[in-house]
Amino acid sequence: MYEDITKEIRKDIMVTALKGKAGHLASALSMAEIVTALYFGEVLQYDKDNPNWEGRDKVILSKGHASLALYSALYRIGYLTKEQLHGFCQEGSLLGGEPKRGDIPGVEATTGSLGHGLSFAVGIAMAEKYKKTLNRIYVIQGDGECQEGSVWEAALSAAHHKLGNLTVILDRNQLQAMGDTEEIVGIESLKEKWESFGFLVTEVDGHDTERLIAVLQKDKRDKTERPRIIIAHTVKGKGISFMENVPIWHYRMPNAEEQIIANQELGITKEDLL
Amino acid sequence: MRNTYLRELYKLAEKDKRVLSLIADNGMIVYDEFREAFPEQYYNFGISEGHMVTAAAGMASCGLIPFAYTIGSFLAYRSCEFLRLDVCLQNLNVKIVGIGAGVTYGYLGPTHHSTEDIAILRAMPNLTILSPATPKEARVLVNYAYEHDGPVYIRLGNNLPAELYAEDMEVIPGKPTTLTEGKDLVVFATGEILNQAKEALDLLKIDGVSAELISVHTIKPLDEAFVLEVCNRHKRIVTVEEHSIFGGLGGAIAEVMAENGNGKKLQRIGLQDRFAKGYGNRLEVLKANDLDGKGIYAQIKKYLQEA
Repeated sequence: MYEDITKEIRKDIMVTALKGKAGHLASALSMAEIVTALYFGEVLQYDKDNPNWEGRDKVILSKGHASLALYSALYRIGYLTKEQLHGFCQEGSLLGGEPKRGDIPGVEATTGSLGHGLSFAVGIAMAEKYKKTLNRIYVIQGDGECQEGSVWEAALSAAHHKLGNLTVILDRNQLQAMGDTEEIVGIESLKEKWESFGFLVTEVDGHDTERLIAVLQKDKRDKTERPRIIIAHTVKGKGISFMENVPIWHYRMPNAEEQIIANQELGITKEDLL
Repeated sequence: MRNTYLRELYKLAEKDKRVLSLIADNGMIVYDEFREAFPEQYYNFGISEGHMVTAAAGMASCGLIPFAYTIGSFLAYRSCEFLRLDVCLQNLNVKIVGIGAGVTYGYLGPTHHSTEDIAILRAMPNLTILSPATPKEARVLVNYAYEHDGPVYIRLGNNLPAELYAEDMEVIPGKPTTLTEGKDLVVFATGEILNQAKEALDLLKIDGVSAELISVHTIKPLDEAFVLEVCNRHKRIVTVEEHSIFGGLGGAIAEVMAENGNGKKLQRIGLQDRFAKGYGNRLEVLKANDLDGKGIYAQIKKYLQEA
């Protein structure tokens, strides 16, 4: 039942990037199911009419370069208009390549430089705990990002301060800018690493939306003082055959020929491009 | 100065539950009283300065007022990008409190000196920079930092500087304070080295030189109109800081003078493009770098002869 939404998100990612002639397509495509689960799977508490509602759960996109996926979700819940979405990276637009807090409703932290999101989220989680709210904090983090030392400072802190209101979703798509994470600077074994840092770890197929939702909802129900991480195994560039698992698509935009294939595979029509 | 800060923070935490005290494992004993009184408003982040700064930003995004405290060098240098992106770019209400200004940690050497922090942080948009020289300035400025909605860096020494303010003299945040009047030259100083500048001026007085002494406790935003008025009034202008001569108080005054075509010769007294040399207590290290009262006096004398 969530396939339709995920399909629309993938289309948004491609069309928005085309309009702005920019964006990290493959990094956004790998997390289409993750944002579907969060925003449309009755996981996040949010108010469609008031992005600053005190009782909201908060999402921090630590892998800020994948903003296209987040912007699509924010558009589809009504925080952005289509014009705003399609203004991406253009003159006068609020939507940059990396999300900026304060400019865009639903963006809880300015991100882009890797290794900041989890620390920022730890601060929010501490504040919510101090204020005794029930709000949950979600961080979508990249796998290559785990090479930043600051991630592990924040991880130590989250466990030490018993931040049971914090969930990290790790988009484990195996690739960073220049290739396989394990060939560049290996980060495995992630499960053991995060467990040893005090997190409750769940591994899932990150393209199985129903399974993601089940895990996230269980997280909400289970009261624990331990922070959680969901290692979501995904495919970078998911949904466009020639992009899947090919490192160069971290940066590249399709040429005219490739665009035709991408449009066909994602079901993008002429109307979608208007 | 550290005790002044802690006393004020204690009072703020007592009256406002949004005030939180964050440390990075630096505050043994001195924080005991605070921790016992307000355990929920106290967080030790361990040896993790960058993380502390960013977590403080996250807290501030939820309406809290964190005061993040540790040695200034670890805040300005190690946490620099975290401060830039999470505090300054997002313009969040975080107070960064750097202890050990200048060469306070004389025994430990340059790893623990804050001698380029103003230069680095002065370029950060949205950041207010406060540099108190006396207990009274520290008291007023800590409270000002709390009241000001936005990022603030407080540069603190942890010595027991003399109180150079008379009882009826006010500290006005944002406006430098004229401590002594004089006609032969003006000396702008910031932070605890104001005391050494005062010593130098006392020596100059014996030589018959009358100098105006100004404490620039608010480095940013700098009251440019005030600075310019003073510089236009004097022929000879000196800056004194426990900091590199690049980018700090001397740099800031030079910018105001040059941009306004003041055209006078400025002498910047501080560290001359080098790390502080020598070990010992603060005064010994200041002396080794010609920044004690006598050293400053000798430098000003030379300048007066040349100018």
